[in-house]
Amino acid sequence: MYVAVKGGEAAIRATHDLVAQMRRGDPCVPELDTRQIREQMKLAVARVMNEGSLYDEDLAALALKQSQGDAVEAAFLMRAYRTTLPRFGSSAPLDTARMAIRRRISAAFKDLPGGQVLGPTYDYTHRLFDFALEAAGLTAAPAVTPGGAPLDESMPRVPDILGSEGLMEPERALPDDPAPCDVTREPAEFPIDRDGRLQMLARGDEGFLLGLAYSVQRGFGANHPFAGEIRMGETSVRYRPEDLGFEIDLGEITVTECQMINQFSGSKDAPPQFTRGYGFAFGHSERKAMSMAIVDRSLKCRDLGEAADYPAQKEEFVLYHCDTIEASGFVEHLKLPHYVDFQGELELIRKIRREHDERAAEPALFTPSEAAE
Amino acid sequence: MEQDDKQSGGGERAAWMSVLARASYDDLLAVAAAIDLPDAEIVKPAESGTLMIEARAGGSGRRFNAGEATVTRCIVRTGDRLGYSYALGRDKKKAVLAARLDLALQDDARRKEILAAVVEPLCAAQTERRQHASRSAAATKVEFFTLVRGDG
Repeated sequence: MYVAVKGGEAAIRATHDLVAQMRRGDPCVPELDTRQIREQMKLAVARVMNEGSLYDEDLAALALKQSQGDAVEAAFLMRAYRTTLPRFGSSAPLDTARMAIRRRISAAFKDLPGGQVLGPTYDYTHRLFDFALEAAGLTAAPAVTPGGAPLDESMPRVPDILGSEGLMEPERALPDDPAPCDVTREPAEFPIDRDGRLQMLARGDEGFLLGLAYSVQRGFGANHPFAGEIRMGETSVRYRPEDLGFEIDLGEITVTECQMINQFSGSKDAPPQFTRGYGFAFGHSERKAMSMAIVDRSLKCRDLGEAADYPAQKEEFVLYHCDTIEASGFVEHLKLPHYVDFQGELELIRKIRREHDERAAEPALFTPSEAAE
Repeated sequence: MEQDDKQSGGGERAAWMSVLARASYDDLLAVAAAIDLPDAEIVKPAESGTLMIEARAGGSGRRFNAGEATVTRCIVRTGDRLGYSYALGRDKKKAVLAARLDLALQDDARRKEILAAVVEPLCAAQTERRQHASRSAAATKVEFFTLVRGDG
């Protein structure tokens, strides 16, 4: 039970000032500009947009500045701000096959139509410090010499290549292509369909999903995944305003997509084939998209008739606990005053204790032979 | 006028609206300075909101809600003709200017001039940016060779 507390206004005002002072740090050091965060902390910005479930790089940069770089607090600011905005509608489903590719790799197929494009990745770096970055002002980024020809405008998704042989579980639109459920409007109910699951995973905490994905790989799950494809780049957002009457292009967003491929030995309804897990994230967020794809596949166990023995296969466990804001809200609310609750508990334990002590002090009403039992 | 646009399914207008949506306010301001942009009455002041971004499972499967994005829109008018702007982000100044440009572009007498002065240079710059990004990515195109293992 929550009981309001009063007072503390002056102390709370002072803590707001103190946090502003801490946020600013040493005033001799130049203050961060949110544009610097947006441009130079892009991966942090992407994480905040994902877990805040709102694509806006400027807002995510501001959130990071305001929260001193705390990704969870920053995502909370995004979610809170989102609730103040009207929603105009829903976009047409993104067409990621026509993404302007900046990175696209497959760990399963070497020779791909369209090619393997490493793009900007830390995969092949040595994880050694580059101390030149510490010396501010001296680091003009090396310019990439562009390749001769641009990449193909449309690249097939890797799992679709195998799909033509019937060896890959297909991903097809539902009949009549219905609008998806929206867990921000209707609370999730279990068992949940894949649209709700993917939405919850897309908003989910990267660390939690990463840990679950790792558990699947280590044997707490039945899947051995291959990274069928990871692609990252810019995708057009298309929308049909009702009053305008035709579809328009509102600009583009950066997204990361991951297709995991898993072996499946077949069931009484489905032949042996590869099955798929799908990961989707705003910005360049590969670790998140990969983790999501592994967990999505793991949660397909019900549909595929697999036993759900492991944590990553239990959808209520995974989906109810993957939300950064809900999880941190519930854990961190323990910091707030619970004085009345605790007073009640204290009185209860005193009473029990008193009764216990009284019982111990009472003269024995039973015979020693009974006590021995 | 509006009716014509609906029947055309967007067509040329959808194409210029896309170019305007992808431009920044500064880009629009720079090119709009070159033309005589008529004043317009504000029908719906610039307003920021969100659009739920939909995607598809596996890229091609059932629809799902991936998360929202900020969007700003504005509607302006001259007579019975309406100028619209819808773009990602929260730039209200850009929304008003883009809506006025959309309105001006619907004037048959001025379309050719404004397309040439405003839309085409923006479109060329956007294409150039896209091509450059694509060619930079192409520089990282890789050929992996698998090595034949010993008798396994």
